[in-house]
Amino acid sequence: MCGIVNSDKEMFNFMNSTEINQLQITACKARLYALEGIFNAKSGHPGGSFSAADIYTYLYEKELNVDPKDPKKSDRDRFVLSKGHCCPSLYAVLALKGFFPVEELPKLRKVGAMLQGHPDMKSTPGIDMSSGSLGQGISAACGMALAGKLDNKDYRVYTLLGDGECEEGQVWEALMFAAHKNLDNLCVIIDCNGLQIDGTVAEVGGLEPLDKKLEAFGFEVFKMDGHDFNSIEEAVKSAKNVSGKPQAIIAKTVKGKGVSYMENKVNWHGAAPNAELYEVGRKELLESLAELGGTL
Amino acid sequence: MAEMVVKATRESFGEALCELAKTNNDIVVLDADLAAATKTSIFQKAFPDRFFDCGIAEGNMIGVAAGLAACGKIPFAASFAMFATGRAFEQIRNSVAYPQLNVKIAGSHAGISTGEDGATHQCIEDIALMRAIPNMTVINPADHYEMIGAVKAAVELNGPVYIRLGRLAIESVNNNDDYKFELGKGITLRDGNDVTIVATGLVVREAVIAADKLAEEGINARVINIHTIKPIDEDILIKAAKETGKIITFEEHNVIGGLGDAVLAAISEKCPVPVKKCGVYDRFGYSGPAKELLEIFGLTAPGVVREVKAFLGK
Repeated sequence: MCGIVNSDKEMFNFMNSTEINQLQITACKARLYALEGIFNAKSGHPGGSFSAADIYTYLYEKELNVDPKDPKKSDRDRFVLSKGHCCPSLYAVLALKGFFPVEELPKLRKVGAMLQGHPDMKSTPGIDMSSGSLGQGISAACGMALAGKLDNKDYRVYTLLGDGECEEGQVWEALMFAAHKNLDNLCVIIDCNGLQIDGTVAEVGGLEPLDKKLEAFGFEVFKMDGHDFNSIEEAVKSAKNVSGKPQAIIAKTVKGKGVSYMENKVNWHGAAPNAELYEVGRKELLESLAELGGTL
Repeated sequence: MAEMVVKATRESFGEALCELAKTNNDIVVLDADLAAATKTSIFQKAFPDRFFDCGIAEGNMIGVAAGLAACGKIPFAASFAMFATGRAFEQIRNSVAYPQLNVKIAGSHAGISTGEDGATHQCIEDIALMRAIPNMTVINPADHYEMIGAVKAAVELNGPVYIRLGRLAIESVNNNDDYKFELGKGITLRDGNDVTIVATGLVVREAVIAADKLAEEGINARVINIHTIKPIDEDILIKAAKETGKIITFEEHNVIGGLGDAVLAAISEKCPVPVKKCGVYDRFGYSGPAKELLEIFGLTAPGVVREVKAFLGK
């Protein structure tokens, strides 16, 4: 049975409006920094960075047991960005959390920069796994969850995949492995923004019915609105309550979320805006930030 | 002298893992439904809680190993060389070698001595594939004793290692009591100044026998055992190039990208001398008993003698 997250609200201490506002501000800043980095680099992946920005924000601000002062502490929760190309906004969330200075963010993808085009665990504090080749991060997340079981540690491992990424066979190998080994400390989140490079996921990949496939592979499945912090919280907390099997959260998101001309547009998967469009996008995000009462 | 042992290096590998795991709790082993063949089954019996069969899914196995290593484990991931380095090549490159994770990859049934299974299972490209990846150490042990040393060295090295395992039971060559495995160091097994035979893996023993035969005919061949193909021992090879003027290489691998090319790269700048590469000449193998195939492909002592004499014009 698919746990559609919209009931049993008494189960959780829901965030108050101030907390939600703070998360929205952080996510908006993350989008601004990501846009700036991609614009400076004249390359990068804004679409998926923006669809995932709220999820990163929730995890790092509210859920993950991590310490920016001790990024390698052994009992920390792990996060593996399996869809590694969507790192610009993750970098921003990490920097805002204090893992490294925000001054690194505009240097994204530049020669000598700490922030590589795809995540590099060796150069960037807070990055738990190098990734970028689709389908591989989820396997590493399985290994981390297995290590936690072996060491009797109670940390959890989260990994974020794209819906297009689920076309990789390795994803299904990993899903099968996770359920077979009862990795209930593993939570797989799938950022379903519906688009991939060559078109919609429906046209290119034929992924649906994703929930039924995940259930059939032995996962407890939840759904959430990936841009609604209450919905994200409910799904993440519900997943955490599951024991005996791994969990999957299907996040409904909008690719390019937050910048009007990018939203739901396939061509903004891996393209940088020109100067004119950059200003438009930046202005929109700055207006959103001002409406939220935040400043850069 | 230590006892002469007739054993497949895959078996020595399984035994070495067990021995080391007794005192090192971080060692864990993964296999992809080939534990009985790669001999990780020996470890599985001794340490069932530290053994993980990942099923027939090599790509995921390597990724799981990477995740385990990122959490401080020392995973050995084993499969046939073909699938470990071929199927999972990109997982090894991107999830293991790029982040320099402490994963050891064991590729069994390497080379044409895999035998009857034929070309699909006779991996002759694994050394080339693994050599080409930055951060990767590549070891091809020649016998039982060398495998024991290699596995120990792999555990002691913090970083990715590829170890090549053979299916065929072979006679040991490193029986001397002072045998010492040093990562990255070649071993001179016979002295001589007419030519240098550089061999790796199961051809090493054949090269020694060949050198003794050649000596009877007045050809004094130096024999160097290169167990670590990357990083290769440049010093021993440059010295050999200077002192013998000619080098001939033997490997149970394609002549493209393996030991021969590694030797060429090591000497070409500092002491270029004629080098003849012997091995599998850029073709696929076929089914047959391992020993017959090794004869046909010229990788037994008579083949080495023949090639050396031809190289020297004798």
